[in-house]
Amino acid sequence: MGDKSMVNVKKLTRKDFSSDQMVRWCPGCGDYSILAQVQKTLPDIGVEKENIVFVSGIGCSSRFPYYMNTYGFHTIHGRAPAIASGVKIANPDLSVWIVTGDGDGLSIGGNHTIHILRRNIDVNILLFNNRIYGLTKGQYSPTSELGKVSKSTPMGSLDRPFNPPALALGSQATFVARAIDVDGKPLQSMIRRAQEHRGTSFLEIYQNCLIFNDGAYSHLTDKKTKEDTVLHLEHGKPMLFGKDKKKGVFLSKNTPKVVEIGEQWSESDILVHNEKDWIIASILSHFTYREDLPTPVGVLYAVDEPVYEDMMVDQISHAVSQNQKADLNSLLGSGDTWTVE
Amino acid sequence: MSKQTHLTKELDHAVIRFAGDSGDGMQLTGGRFSETTAIIGNDLSTLPDYPAEIRAPAGTLAGVSAFQLHFGSVDIHTPGDRPDVLVAMNPAALKVHIKDLAPGGIIIINKNAFTEKYLKLAGYESNPLEDDSLIGNYTVYPVEMSKLVKNACESLDVPKKTVERTKNLMALGILFWMFNRPTEPTIRWLKEKFAKQPTIIEANIRALNAGYNYGSTTRILTTRYIVGKAKLPSGTYRNIHGNYATALGFVAAAERSGMSLFYGGYPITPASEILHTLSAWKQFGVKTFQAEDEIAGIASTIGAAYAGSLAVSATSGPGLALKAEALGLAVMAEIPLVIVNVMRGGPSTGLPTKMEQTDLLQALFGRNGEAPIPVIAAATPGDCFYASYEACRIAVKYMTPVLVLTDGYLANGSEPWRIPAAEDLPEFFPNFSPPDTGNGKFNPVKRDKKTQARPWAIPGTAGLEHRIGGLEKNYDTGEVCYDPDNHMKMVTARADRVKGITQDIDPLHVYGVEEGDLLVLSWGSTFGASRSAVSHLIKEEKSVAHAHLRWIHPLPKDLGDILSRYKTILIPEVNTGQLSLLIRATYPVNVKGYNQVRARPFKSQDIIDTINRQLD
Ligand code: SF4
Repeated sequence: MGDKSMVNVKKLTRKDFSSDQMVRWCPGCGDYSILAQVQKTLPDIGVEKENIVFVSGIGCSSRFPYYMNTYGFHTIHGRAPAIASGVKIANPDLSVWIVTGDGDGLSIGGNHTIHILRRNIDVNILLFNNRIYGLTKGQYSPTSELGKVSKSTPMGSLDRPFNPPALALGSQATFVARAIDVDGKPLQSMIRRAQEHRGTSFLEIYQNCLIFNDGAYSHLTDKKTKEDTVLHLEHGKPMLFGKDKKKGVFLSKNTPKVVEIGEQWSESDILVHNEKDWIIASILSHFTYREDLPTPVGVLYAVDEPVYEDMMVDQISHAVSQNQKADLNSLLGSGDTWTVE
Repeated sequence: MSKQTHLTKELDHAVIRFAGDSGDGMQLTGGRFSETTAIIGNDLSTLPDYPAEIRAPAGTLAGVSAFQLHFGSVDIHTPGDRPDVLVAMNPAALKVHIKDLAPGGIIIINKNAFTEKYLKLAGYESNPLEDDSLIGNYTVYPVEMSKLVKNACESLDVPKKTVERTKNLMALGILFWMFNRPTEPTIRWLKEKFAKQPTIIEANIRALNAGYNYGSTTRILTTRYIVGKAKLPSGTYRNIHGNYATALGFVAAAERSGMSLFYGGYPITPASEILHTLSAWKQFGVKTFQAEDEIAGIASTIGAAYAGSLAVSATSGPGLALKAEALGLAVMAEIPLVIVNVMRGGPSTGLPTKMEQTDLLQALFGRNGEAPIPVIAAATPGDCFYASYEACRIAVKYMTPVLVLTDGYLANGSEPWRIPAAEDLPEFFPNFSPPDTGNGKFNPVKRDKKTQARPWAIPGTAGLEHRIGGLEKNYDTGEVCYDPDNHMKMVTARADRVKGITQDIDPLHVYGVEEGDLLVLSWGSTFGASRSAVSHLIKEEKSVAHAHLRWIHPLPKDLGDILSRYKTILIPEVNTGQLSLLIRATYPVNVKGYNQVRARPFKSQDIIDTINRQLD
């Protein structure tokens, strides 16, 4: 969809993408910010409103389609990727968006998430990761840290969490990116990049659930700490962060570590980001949950690979061109036949 | 000694069963005989019966695969109660199937397989060809098939194993001779199938001819049988299998409605051939999606239907269980789609390659909440075409998911099928809402007065942007709504919309007396056994009749009236009484169930006996 011509598209505004439904997330929920950024971005992507479909599963985040004045389908728990696959295959001209959460997309719907990624169907997945179950009122999720004390784990959770970008890369994803709910501009640009990518785009959005897991990402959003904890990735640029960009990621025998730019280290020692390099993306994905390393946001990985529905359309056109006389009567009467007078 | 000539005997029908090891090619052999005898003009019905394991250990009882066919010059409704001829390619096949053979039946045996090793594997303590267990009770023809095909292929440059594998063609040749059937269609078929392997073609043709000539020259077989043409209604026919017919029905529905066909599904026995068949019809624009699991199968189907495709899927019992939640979504969001359940033996993995009718209640009620779905069941392999076609038409017209029930017997069984002209199939069209360029707010639940169907507003249509989902919605606006009265109204509306389909259902046809002692009420594949049982008893002037249900939800309007005209309603089902339960709960009539859950289709004799017991 990304390359669709912008000619003839009436210029829409954020308001055109807001439905008349009252938004019912808890006041202060990170979902509000994400909704706003999506509504702000969509007028600029060059797709007619009627060609946009939001598909969601179940969970707080999955109420999203109700608030968008586009086509929307609020489905059942975990199945949005599979439903969206059918939508996109049936009509490849549509711009299809999946809104899901860490429970919906990685737990009950984990199977569909990994399979849509491997197929590379051209849809955009927005995975709101708040590392908790909100709608069912506060159980730990598959991205909660080990030992998470929650309603269902009073003595701490026992299962190790998923690492979403690593999971996506392991599923052969062709686009993996991360953004943070309250960081409006970078989030907008990631939404745009996800839209532009042909193939399945996997955008993990760190989202604060202030009711059940408040502060999960405060170290990444707090003005005092965020410069030292967030690494903004830019293709072709060294991985610098911190105040005045004085910190950088150095790869010492395949092991990433943070170094200070100064006497011992210069900018030229710093690892340069390359979106098309799976090894670099893989290393970056394993920064997740590491306290000694910054949290990468931006595009970790973006490559062009064949798109599922393109290949399907090609196979069909080929079959059609090989069988000029494909008509129903000849199919009905194919095989050995005989006539009874 | 004077020169002996073969006797000929005329039969109006005959039943043959081919049985051998899973690797012996019995399904192929039975299939070839069926195709040939169909082309000759017989009516027929077939029953493949194969183990769940792809290749159980050779020579064991578990590895026996069989194919039964019933053909005749008369109406044939079932694959036959008892075989007249049994082909047994090894001791295990004989052991498993001998008990079904009609008294005095013919057994054709591959003598070379009756070795000590195979006899032991089959559990024979002595060789039945040498002791007196068969003599006197049956006519036994032990033929050295392995040896004869070896001789026939001597000059050919083919591996020993390949030669040994042609012995099924030898058996087929013998049967062709016995029943006066031509070998040419099979030779043609071999040439097509092995086009790139000329020596394989040659070896198989030699084996086939060796079998045929064995019959005509050795004079060991004494009798040839003549089974004349059946008096079928005039038209052009083909032999059709249920799963193929189902797939064909879907393509026909797509072509006639001008919609594009989407199939999303996960492989499962015995439904996978529907996926295979459709995936080979890309020239009709068919999109097939092999999903990651059963849930994704229906979920993708829902998505495709939402986007405006004619969306279908097929599965079997365990898969339907996995699809239940998503079917509820399709009910709630009013998504038109068709799911076929090719029923097999259950519960759980059960008997995957066998048939049962045990999923009726699952189809009707197996979802959370009040989630009514129309259910239609196919009666015969050929009827799978019309059932899937009609399901599509109803789904699109009433904006509802529809379930089609077939079973393992219909799916793999075959019968002669009169080829319909595309133009004669009822036309139908999707009611896609046109774009709305004004600024009026689109109402996604403004219903059609006659069908109560919502408009089908597909993504990509300007001005109709709206939201749907699995939450309860307001009756008038379609917006999310938790009001208790509204919920009651919606529950009723969903039920009424499905009930309204009765206006589209043909009146029930009653075969036999219009009122009387007993009506056999059948559904699904019990049609055949029920119809032959009743027609047999009508000839004996019994006060019996037969009515067959295709639509089970909703039931036809005239059913209650028809049932009230008989003293007893006999419902034969390969389950413990699921339709009986439904009929008893719906009509004040005297229902008797005939229920056998042996994962096998009924024999008509069983139904005849049951009716006679009821009439006494
Ligand atoms: S529970 Fe948490 S995630 Fe859900 S709406 Fe409230 S703040 Fe947001």
